[in-house]
Amino acid sequence: MSKLPGYALVGRILARRNLTFNRFAAFNPGRKAVISIPFFWLAVFFFIPFLVVFKISFSESDIAIPPYTSLFTWDADEAYATLTLYLGNYAYLIEDSFYLDAYLSSIKIAAISTIITLIVGFPMAYLIARSQGSKRLILLSLVILPFWTSFLLRVYAWMALLKKNGVVNDMLMALGMIDEPVRMLQTDFAVYVGIVYTYLPFMILPLYAVLEKMDLTLIEAAEDLGCHPIQSFFLVTVPLAMPGIVAGCLLVFIPVVGEYVIPALLGGSDTLMIGRVLWDEFSLNRNWPMASAVAIVMLVVLVLPIMFLRNRVGNKESI
Amino acid sequence: MQRRSYFLNISATLGFIFLYIPIISLIIYSFNKSKLVTVWGGWSWQWYVELFKNDQIMDAAMLSIKIAFISACLAVVLGTMAGFALTRMGRFRGKMLLSGWISAPLVMPEVITGLSLLLLFVAMESMFGWPAGRGTLTIIIAHTTFCMAYVAVIVQSRLSDMDESLEEAAMDLGAKPSTLFFLVTLPLIAPAIISGWLLSFTLSLDDLVIASFVAGPGDSTLPMVIFSKVRLGITPEINALATLMIAVVAVGVVVAMLQLRRTEKSRVEE
Repeated sequence: MSKLPGYALVGRILARRNLTFNRFAAFNPGRKAVISIPFFWLAVFFFIPFLVVFKISFSESDIAIPPYTSLFTWDADEAYATLTLYLGNYAYLIEDSFYLDAYLSSIKIAAISTIITLIVGFPMAYLIARSQGSKRLILLSLVILPFWTSFLLRVYAWMALLKKNGVVNDMLMALGMIDEPVRMLQTDFAVYVGIVYTYLPFMILPLYAVLEKMDLTLIEAAEDLGCHPIQSFFLVTVPLAMPGIVAGCLLVFIPVVGEYVIPALLGGSDTLMIGRVLWDEFSLNRNWPMASAVAIVMLVVLVLPIMFLRNRVGNKESI
Repeated sequence: MQRRSYFLNISATLGFIFLYIPIISLIIYSFNKSKLVTVWGGWSWQWYVELFKNDQIMDAAMLSIKIAFISACLAVVLGTMAGFALTRMGRFRGKMLLSGWISAPLVMPEVITGLSLLLLFVAMESMFGWPAGRGTLTIIIAHTTFCMAYVAVIVQSRLSDMDESLEEAAMDLGAKPSTLFFLVTLPLIAPAIISGWLLSFTLSLDDLVIASFVAGPGDSTLPMVIFSKVRLGITPEINALATLMIAVVAVGVVVAMLQLRRTEKSRVEE
């Protein structure tokens, strides 16, 4: 880039000035503040809370305020503290198959609904990415609008649609497909509809981000070389869209595993999801230590491995 | 080729219909005269009138707007700091930790975040006596924490896409770090900060699970009131409320898109 020999020298001088600037910045109190304030905030309100949950998961539930026993008992005469770790919560988690069933059922519901969301969302993202100008902007805002609208109200909308005398049943009866109303609300079916519906934008947006950047000539090339459109879709489009697919699936899967609102409003009493179990443990049974143990297991078994995986895939761009 | 676009159009159109049927039905039924939500009884404004007369909903809405406003402002400040530190400050101790902590709240299941913050507040209260009881303050802290993650991600991506030459030029011309930030960097990332603020405001306004964990017995935010009403069945006032909220969001999205189209056009003309 340097045609004149002097450029290299000027460049070096500039680089050194930058360096001295950075050195100066290292002692700048402003720099310290910019780094340490958010760091401190997250340490106190994001990281330490997990340690507290971990600690309380080893306490025993107690009728007191707060409703759990203390881990340390201080002996005033001898001036030493005894640490008591209560493993009963974890033992109970393993003993009672209810919890295992809840974890497995959450994973199943989350996995199936993630796949359905991908299947529904992919053509939409594809269409938006292939549209031009105003049409693309309009379609994109049609996806973004529900994304900004209240989650709770969108779940609520499905309650009215899926009710026994709701719109969906009326339409199916008018079309002559069913003779009498089918029970749809308070079933697993309603839960799937609710999850796919509310999480669809989280799938479409990362998919759109990769599909938009894709080089279309690659598909043309594949088809010129004799690929059937279906073949070229699976051999060219899907591999190229993989970062978006992974990002979208994770953005749907992890929060859905811990979902509370959708099973509470749309699911039946037999719809077992771990987020709901944790909530009930906390608010109905007031068993905070048990709720903590449920949370720790969910974190260690489900969330941390997936987050680790995501960092390994290392795809920050599409999120 | 032709067949493929046919298939694509149909499946994508069905997807968009799926996305809008619930929203359209909410809007239509909010104007329903009949108290039985699913029986059509003619057009009427009465549920909007009822909505504004309902003190419980109105109080909760005011509380939620207050919390959302304060949390969004705090989240913007903290999130911008974090995003800036991660992209513009080179290496520092704890950088990996900060970048992990800042992106984790985005995918953390809400029940875990809510429970862990509640237990923290309870533990802090018994150790230091602060925060005394739970209420508006604890909700604001909780919302700020997860909203700042969204702001940080937005600001971070804007900063890493941005050309650093303007900042370097200002630096070479002798701008102090603070001048550099407020006169050069901040105006350049303003769009990201605005969208971060709006997203934080919306997320805070919408949050049910975390707020339910950390709220005191006296403070009910709007989602908490909606949830308790909706659990008992369909209420027409909630339809009216939903329609109003959708209308506000729709206006916002249209304005944002028009703005986007204008900047794109001017970029093409350049």
